[in-house]
Amino acid sequence: MLEKMIFGRYIPGDSFIHRLDARAKLIFVFLFIAVVFIANNWITYGILVAFTFLIIRMSKIRLYFLINGLKPVVILIIFTFLLHLFFTREGAVIFEWKFIKIYEEGLRQGIFISIRFFVLVILTSILTLTTTPISITDALETLLNPLKKWKLPVHELALMMSISLRFIPTLMDETDKIMKAQMARGSDMTTGSMKERVNAIVPLLIPLFVSAFKRAEDLATAMEVRGYKGGEGRTRYRKLEWAAKDTIIILSLVVLAAVLVYFRS
Amino acid sequence: MKREIISLQEVTFTYAEEDENVRPAVNNVSYTVYEGEWVAIVGHNGSGKSTLARLMNGLLFPQTGQVRVFGEALNEQSLWETRSQMGMVFQNPDNQFVGATVQDDVAFALENNGIPFEEMVERVKQSLVKVKMSDFMNSEPHHLSGGQKQRVAIAGAIALQPKILLLDEATSMLDPQGREEVLSTVRQLREETDLTVISITHDLEEALLADRVIMMNQGSKYAEGSPEEIFQRGQELVDLGLDLPFAMNISRLLKTQGITLVAEHMSEEELVNDLWTSHFNK
Amino acid sequence: MDITLQQVSYAYAKNTPFEKRALFDVDLHIPSGSYQAIIGHTGSGKSTVLQHLNALLKPTDGSIQIGDVEVSAGKKNKQLRKVRQKVGIVFQFPEHQLFDETVLKDIMFGPMNFGVPEQEAKRRAIELVSLLGLPDEVLEKSPFDLSGGQMRRVAIAGVLAMNPEVLVLDEPTAGLDPKGRKEIMDLFYRLHKEKGLTTILVTHSMEDAARYADRIAIMHDGKCVLAGTPQEIFSDEGRLMDFRLELPQSMKFQKKVEQMMGKKLPALCLTEEMLAEELARFLKKEREL
Ligand SMILES: Nc1ncnc2c1ncn2[C@@H]1O[C@H](COP(=O)(O)OP(=O)(O)O)[C@@H](O)[C@H]1O
Ligand SMILES: Nc1ncnc2c1ncn2[C@@H]1O[C@H](COP(=O)(O)OP(=O)(O)O)[C@@H](O)[C@H]1O
Ligand SMILES: [Mg+2]
Ligand SMILES: [Mg+2]
Repeated sequence: MLEKMIFGRYIPGDSFIHRLDARAKLIFVFLFIAVVFIANNWITYGILVAFTFLIIRMSKIRLYFLINGLKPVVILIIFTFLLHLFFTREGAVIFEWKFIKIYEEGLRQGIFISIRFFVLVILTSILTLTTTPISITDALETLLNPLKKWKLPVHELALMMSISLRFIPTLMDETDKIMKAQMARGSDMTTGSMKERVNAIVPLLIPLFVSAFKRAEDLATAMEVRGYKGGEGRTRYRKLEWAAKDTIIILSLVVLAAVLVYFRS
Repeated sequence: MKREIISLQEVTFTYAEEDENVRPAVNNVSYTVYEGEWVAIVGHNGSGKSTLARLMNGLLFPQTGQVRVFGEALNEQSLWETRSQMGMVFQNPDNQFVGATVQDDVAFALENNGIPFEEMVERVKQSLVKVKMSDFMNSEPHHLSGGQKQRVAIAGAIALQPKILLLDEATSMLDPQGREEVLSTVRQLREETDLTVISITHDLEEALLADRVIMMNQGSKYAEGSPEEIFQRGQELVDLGLDLPFAMNISRLLKTQGITLVAEHMSEEELVNDLWTSHFNK
Repeated sequence: MDITLQQVSYAYAKNTPFEKRALFDVDLHIPSGSYQAIIGHTGSGKSTVLQHLNALLKPTDGSIQIGDVEVSAGKKNKQLRKVRQKVGIVFQFPEHQLFDETVLKDIMFGPMNFGVPEQEAKRRAIELVSLLGLPDEVLEKSPFDLSGGQMRRVAIAGVLAMNPEVLVLDEPTAGLDPKGRKEIMDLFYRLHKEKGLTTILVTHSMEDAARYADRIAIMHDGKCVLAGTPQEIFSDEGRLMDFRLELPQSMKFQKKVEQMMGKKLPALCLTEEMLAEELARFLKKEREL
């Protein structure tokens, strides 16, 4: 179950996208979110989709894995599509059956929103699939560094995030293990009424909580004995390096934005 | 006279001091560890070994008695200096891996102590060579075996070039192969440097490697001496939850079968030799 | 209840970039009432095999016959609960599965899930707590207030309380001190003998495999490469070494002694007791000559 999800995981590789500086990728994704909203007609959405596929190609991640791993999100997209399809009442009626009426504008809106959703999810996934969690954290820490002036504990937040990320696989294994152990004791989390299912989750959640707590305690001790006393006086082992290709990828977005503005109606 | 590294003087520690019913986890314990020694602390589960470890590096402070490190009392002021001189490895390989990858984890203590970047890179490399993990610089913890993770933990602990390495049941969650990897790493480190090793364990093989064994029972020091002296106590140790060396078990079993031996032997070689000279070679 | 694995293959995370084949065409027959040990180095697939034994995992290829229930690739099966009741699994570090307010309730959790009446479940829990050498007071305590060794015993009691016919043990003594280890292994052996429990033990201890099991299977790189009696398995040291395994200590010592004497003892000594006995008998005979 859990093992099929790929959102938020990292696939090792050596593609152009993999080798980009994590800061560049983060900035790229944030800018992209804004750029997406420029599109408003068939041509501009078409360009967006083409651009997305280009990025997928450059990341060398197989489309099949991407779609397969994003299934839960795809369901969400379909849901949004249907929502727009049925509830937008503008333009000509293009389909009518009993009480269901579908309008031209509804179809258009549904498709556009779905595309927007789709390209955003794909590009964010590609960010996480091609970047190690630690680089993302490092990038966030560096990018947010100016906020230290306003007493935002940037270092602590970044460390917390990197440790949480580091423990995700461990906790996933643990969840799987405890789930199986309780299933072996006859607990059934997949059938029965809503109430029964909620009850069946307790034997899973409590051990997980206890174990996460124990791990956090151990980890805090391990950090303390290795001399951790906050961000003060610390040096950094990780160095990020901004190269020409990073500037290029950001510029490509500027170009994309310009093209979109030109073709938008 | 060898230099004193760590010394406990009549140390007592109770976790819930206010509760009358809780007996001390460590009760009036004294011992001294000297420079370059390998000391094993053994004892059943719950006998107070981990509490001793926490007392030795100032994660806990005793209610009575004193802990001295390098001849000076361990207190809030000397705490961080002491910790930089004492690498520590714990039982659970997963719960002490702080970094996202092997090299980040090894660098952690160096970062905390403000070591400059270039030196850090060098030391991370050296430490990983010492534990034979340099091929795994970029690996993430969940792709490593337990033994590999513990070796990384050792690399992280020695990166600051401490005087003392303190292992709290570092091998008890490992398979035989992982245990062997960790033990041979420690053995080799001792050959290359004058590292003082304190290993807390109930693994017999690990205890036999030590120069001296301190045995704990229910919070008190039960015995102290060379591995030979400790294991001569035979059945007493078994009753207190420990194993005896294989050769000793066989010696004792042979005795019940009416075979006389010169002694209860610690090592297999001695036992074979005894069998050879007194029973076969006649 | 016989268990038979036929050409079982298994892949984790099938059809994803993280796909990982863990088992390749495993064949294994475990007769009812036997004590089967499974040995092999870490990552060889032992735990994956175990999880198939009560259908927590279903083969991606091949099939398993568990008593009269067949679990095979691709087929839905409605009898899995029946299997799970009859096959109890003690996972590695089973104390991690404790969750209930009191030890009593936690032990009753398994049997009550399978429809055992409350009174009966309670009776079993009380009986098991003393069988596992825990004082009666623990019944009303929270499992999280116990020591590690006691928690382990409570978790084992929780599995035994389902009255399984087959008991599957995944390194049940890992992390315990030597005394605790021996007590628990002896208990499992007693249950095996007294209740005729089919017992399947995964272990890294060649000594335990040699001492307790009447059949041993070796896993290596996801395949079951060797199966037989302890005598058969341990008679070929060369093959064991191919699979990065060793002889039990008593047999290693037997070899040393035999080398020194230039003569062989009449039997393979699987345990320390057996070694001492054979050695004593041999020495006495030599003396008489
Ligand atoms: N954090 C704690 N809070 C309360 N009691 C503890 C704590 N840690 C250990 N103890 C108790 O202290 C005693 C000694 O424990 P410990 O030092 O962990 O023993 P060992 O390491 O030899 O197994 C045990 O009785 C244990 O229950
Ligand atoms: N949940 C999982 N997801 C992916 N791979 C796994 C999982 N569990 C085990 N594996 C892999 O399957 C193989 C066999 O593992 P396992 O059955 O746990 O071996 P053993 O119990 O002999 O150590 C190993 O290579 C392991 O990495
Ligand atoms: Mg301990
Ligand atoms: Mg396993």
